[in-house]
Amino acid sequence: MKFRGKIIDVACLNHFTRVITTISKLTKMCVLRLTPDNLFFVLSGKVANGGVSMWCELSQANFFDEYQMEGVSSEDNEICLEVTPENLSRALKTVQNAKAVKVKLTKKHCPCLTIAAELPTLSSASRVVTHDVPVDVIPRRLWHEFKEPNMPDFDVSIYLPPLKTMKNIVDRMKNLSNFLVIEANLNGEMNLKIETDLVSVTTHFKDLGNPPWGDDASQDGGASQSRDPEAMVEARVDIRRLQQFLMGQQVNPSKAMCNIVHQRVVHLILLHEDVSLQYFIPAVA
Amino acid sequence: MDCVVTGGNVKVLAKAIHSLSRIGDELYVEPQEDALALRSVNSSRSAYACFLFAPLFFSRYTIPSGHAFRCKMAIKSVQAVFRSLASLEKTVEKCHIELDKQKSRLTFTLHCKHGLLKTHNLSFQDSESLQAVFDKDSCANVFRAQPRLLVDTVVHFPPSLEEVTVAVSDERMWVRNHVDEEAEQSKAMLTELCLASDEFDHFAVGAHNSVTFCLKELRGLLVFAESTGLPISMYFDEPGSPVVLSVTDSVLEGDFVLATLSDDPNHRKNNSRRAHTPPPPPPDDFMNDDIDAYLIAMDTSIAPGPSATGPPTPSLARSTFSKQPAAANHKTRIHSEEEEEEEEEDEKADLDRPPNKKFCSLFFGSVLPPSSQMSTQPVTSQEVLASDSEDDT
Repeated sequence: MKFRGKIIDVACLNHFTRVITTISKLTKMCVLRLTPDNLFFVLSGKVANGGVSMWCELSQANFFDEYQMEGVSSEDNEICLEVTPENLSRALKTVQNAKAVKVKLTKKHCPCLTIAAELPTLSSASRVVTHDVPVDVIPRRLWHEFKEPNMPDFDVSIYLPPLKTMKNIVDRMKNLSNFLVIEANLNGEMNLKIETDLVSVTTHFKDLGNPPWGDDASQDGGASQSRDPEAMVEARVDIRRLQQFLMGQQVNPSKAMCNIVHQRVVHLILLHEDVSLQYFIPAVA
Repeated sequence: MDCVVTGGNVKVLAKAIHSLSRIGDELYVEPQEDALALRSVNSSRSAYACFLFAPLFFSRYTIPSGHAFRCKMAIKSVQAVFRSLASLEKTVEKCHIELDKQKSRLTFTLHCKHGLLKTHNLSFQDSESLQAVFDKDSCANVFRAQPRLLVDTVVHFPPSLEEVTVAVSDERMWVRNHVDEEAEQSKAMLTELCLASDEFDHFAVGAHNSVTFCLKELRGLLVFAESTGLPISMYFDEPGSPVVLSVTDSVLEGDFVLATLSDDPNHRKNNSRRAHTPPPPPPDDFMNDDIDAYLIAMDTSIAPGPSATGPPTPSLARSTFSKQPAAANHKTRIHSEEEEEEEEEDEKADLDRPPNKKFCSLFFGSVLPPSSQMSTQPVTSQEVLASDSEDDT
């Protein structure tokens, strides 16, 4: 297994840092899968992390000026690592003004992702900082746990309102309740609701639009088409999970969408150029 | 005692007090003939700082005649006088420090714009003179750098990090985070920064040593040095003997003396002073490394990477930096009679000390010095060895 990547462009470095910082706010640990074309940050929905799962896909060419990798074998040309995104984020944040940043897989006292940056100085020699972030190499037999999740067979898909607005609302609702109901219909309307013994609060959004999913979307076309556009589908979720998602995100997505499977799961998607971040929050009864 | 500080010097004084507050809870004030000394020490006596302000720093400087006055006071209350540094600069024109003998109060009066007067009457306790014994001029390694360089260095380390290790070769300085427990080592992120000698104003290496000390106090000094723009000098010798960081200008001098982790005891036995040279990390490979060098073989073989020089002193146990009760350290101490002798001890005794101490203590004079003793490096004959774990005051 070999991996080495180099980022020179400041904008790329900044963007890469923001993506990783976003991920670090969503989860303490996740799996980084490296393939010849892509980097994936994966969190598979386990009970220990509240059943949420995450899938973040980056195209390497969009970030790295140089990118070399050699996987476990030629037929399994991938590397699968368990990483602490917080550490990566911290390392990257301190090297924002670097002339060049290298990310490489190294064998130090343990396997590490080493982030080495060449920092500008006034003197002739450059200043070099290296951060060795310990990682666990995930054996081949466990890889199946970190495959791309299937697009759920959603009942309603809707564009999200500005995430900042949503965040402000959810932050306030958080003070009143631990659970929040997201409901939406095919008429571009979405409601965020909390209901407690003392108070019920609902925020209504309208004219959000429903993304046109092509035939290749996993939904069988008929189900949502034949649905009454006014009929709401809903999912009740742990408000902290949603808040975490809204709070940490620094991707500034060009598109933000939400798919709801009635009383099953909320599937949030952020798209920004070549980055896609999917986040699944299971519904609770 | 009657001192007046005016203009920008008020802020300098305020910054000095703020950086002293990073060290300990008490401020020791000692007006001396040639300077006003402000000092602080931490509870485990492993860090000490001293600022000396020359009479020229003040627009008026008179000290009590006759007997020597010295006191200590809660540093928090002094900090409160200079609480808002930003507004201090804009509004305070003059600061008057006066001793009110009758009420036993030290009075700080801030003369602000528009004739506003803020008066703080602070109580104090009499104290002995606080004086660390160190000799920076005999240190083998001496560096001087602009504060910016060190600020840019420490920014790479998380605020929670307690200790850093500084290693030097003839051409370079490496600063890395210190991870002390072996168990943590496999999970801890290691950060290493390499600085070339020409980034320093002065770079003189006499011994290829590495020392480990607390970052918190260094950060404290940086606050001061950055605001005053004064270059920082760093002096150190070998593991276990203190590192001294100092700033100097024509009217003031600041010295921060920090204990360093003592070396691996086994290593230490045959450690004849200069013979101990840890292998310097190989030169930087940043631009011309070969990907094969980073090959990860998932067997047990270890690929020789740069800075594979290994974890810093894994055999060291936890630092004793004010975290453990004093007695816990001395369970295995056999030289109980040593305490009596310590008054007479000179530096050689240092080598005979039990190896179970982690942070070597500083030498302290906690006896009353003759009033002539003003230097920061006083003669050692009257000094008491106060170890980090023998804080019995």
